[in-house]
Amino acid sequence: MVTLTAPETSTASAEEAAGTEQSLDSFSVDLAGSPVRDLNQALHNAVDGQSWTVTSPGGKHSLAVGINADVTVTVEGHAGYYAAGMHQKGDVTINGNAGVGLAENIMSGRVHVTGDASQSAAATGHGGLVVIDGNAGARCGISMKGVDIVVGGNIGHMSAFMAQAGRLVVCGDAGEALGDSIYETRLYVKGTVASLGADCIEKPLKAEHLAELGDLLAAAGRIDDPADFKRYGSARNLYHFHVDNSTSY
Amino acid sequence: MTITSEPLTTQGAAPRNIAEPDIAALGLRESATFDRATIADIQRAAATGVYDIRGWGAKRQLPHFDDLLFLGASMSRYPLEGYREKCDTDVVLGDRHASRPLHLQTPVTIAGMSFGALSANAKEALGRGASEVGTSTTTGDGGMTPEERGQSKHLVYQYLPSRYGMNPDDLRKADAIEIVLGQGAKPGGGGMLLGQKITERVAGMRTLPVGIDQRSASRHPDWTGPDDLEIKIGELREITDWKTPIYVKIGASRPYYDTALAVKSGADVVVVDGMQGGTAATQQVFIENVGIPTLAAIPQAVQALQELGVHRKVQLIVSGGIRTGADVAKAMALGADAVAIGTAALIALGDNDPRYAAEYAALGSAAGFYDDFQDGRDPAGITTQDPELASRLDPVAAGKRLANYLRVLTMEAQTIARACGKSHLHNLEPEDLVALTIEASAMARVPLAGTSWIPGVK
Repeated sequence: MVTLTAPETSTASAEEAAGTEQSLDSFSVDLAGSPVRDLNQALHNAVDGQSWTVTSPGGKHSLAVGINADVTVTVEGHAGYYAAGMHQKGDVTINGNAGVGLAENIMSGRVHVTGDASQSAAATGHGGLVVIDGNAGARCGISMKGVDIVVGGNIGHMSAFMAQAGRLVVCGDAGEALGDSIYETRLYVKGTVASLGADCIEKPLKAEHLAELGDLLAAAGRIDDPADFKRYGSARNLYHFHVDNSTSY
Repeated sequence: MTITSEPLTTQGAAPRNIAEPDIAALGLRESATFDRATIADIQRAAATGVYDIRGWGAKRQLPHFDDLLFLGASMSRYPLEGYREKCDTDVVLGDRHASRPLHLQTPVTIAGMSFGALSANAKEALGRGASEVGTSTTTGDGGMTPEERGQSKHLVYQYLPSRYGMNPDDLRKADAIEIVLGQGAKPGGGGMLLGQKITERVAGMRTLPVGIDQRSASRHPDWTGPDDLEIKIGELREITDWKTPIYVKIGASRPYYDTALAVKSGADVVVVDGMQGGTAATQQVFIENVGIPTLAAIPQAVQALQELGVHRKVQLIVSGGIRTGADVAKAMALGADAVAIGTAALIALGDNDPRYAAEYAALGSAAGFYDDFQDGRDPAGITTQDPELASRLDPVAAGKRLANYLRVLTMEAQTIARACGKSHLHNLEPEDLVALTIEASAMARVPLAGTSWIPGVK
């Protein structure tokens, strides 16, 4: 069973006296004493407006996956693989680092990591916003399909590989082969790019791009100047396998 | 047998079939190494500068179920009365960890084929036919369509490297999840859908520009290897509240190790697809030269399950070249719990129908030979996204044909099982089989007929 200490007001007389309605929807789960299965089941049964705090996450995998209610979840510590995987609604904040596949296949909502994220962050994400205050490892935004990603630090090699849609903003440097075989994702990098992958080129930063970049930075709570970034995207030369012979296959 | 449709005419026959005796009479000798198909391949490569891409599975001659025979009951075993005594065919899939396993009425399931590769009508027909006989269909690389979900009583949702159209709502709607590592036609290869078939709807479902050549990844984007897979399976179970069975599908190359690792990773069901398994679009060189025959794959997979003590607990689904009830029975006798059909199901829907002989000829092919599933011009309206061609396939009538075919496969398998004295298809066993060739004997690990010899075993 989930170790629920809810509503929190039951142990905090001062707040009880204040009678804040919000506190009635606040729950906390200590993973030192209850399994991840119970946490996720409770979150799947949660209703809009609830606020959940997870303590002692201990790097466990699959924390807060498949959330489909407008809830706020705060993880106090490090998360393992696939934290907030297939996230659909609400906000998840991890006050720590996240393992492989953070917010993989996110559909909408917001996932925020205050530390670093391992490889394949926001892989295949279809929508929503993923904010990583620290660095992200290799393959950040691999096969992304509409998600927006803002990384405060650097990203590793092969990031945005086969990226299809959405925006990836990097306030630090990008590793080798950025945007290899990219489709329609737009990449914004403030620092250096070790190398661009196949079919990925630098593109002009026009007013519309400055505007959307400004919005993304603001949504991520950052104060970087959009004018300091460069934009990268697809040359669209690999969209057809062999144009000269396209009728042959 | 009554032939209701027009037979194959010379009009649609492939050139290689013509005038064989005359060539010999002229003293012409065809090279076994450089036969006419090989010469044509070289000429085509020289003319175009690109490799040949096609659909279907391996076409080369391979040791197969045809090389096995059943030992019917006689003195030491009693047969069951063919039309009177019960021979059950149902199968439960995924009861190892999932709280909601599938219970199918026949062990013949429909393999994964995408909307995109197939028309919406073809997908609907597959759903109708399968549901009528109580078996499952499977999505493909392109997501779940409402047509398919609506018509399929049991729907398996594929989890592929591309994750096209992947979303948690469809994941929760699925009756089972199949994590695809590979397929028999191309173990180690990713998907391919050429621009002709990337219509607005297909492109929208895959989040891609209309009309581009789409080639999907061969590796999953967020996990590699069995240790990661175990964690990935854990995530999918958490998202679906441990209700939904999780399959792992592998293309047959090292099925002993892959099956063992799939079990270790927590799979409920292992799907092994041999090299005769079909594809919608793959390089011919890949189809014909990578992977191992279905016959060779089954005993290796079964051995892994038995050594881990999970045979019949983790179910094994075998695909790749299943055509008849005898094939079904042979696969099950070797240890499979169920089989899957793809190519045969398309043929049942109407693929390669001789009534389109003239149109196949116009495409440079013939009924019985047509495999250009990649180019979207299928006269039968199955492997196409062209609305006019697709409208030729009536999903109700085609679904009925598939249901008929599935019933025949099931009844044929029952016929053999009863003859071997089995009251359930699952009671068939390797001891019921012998092999006709040394190769098949070694691969299937059953004795050469008339001997007690199994090469490599005894």
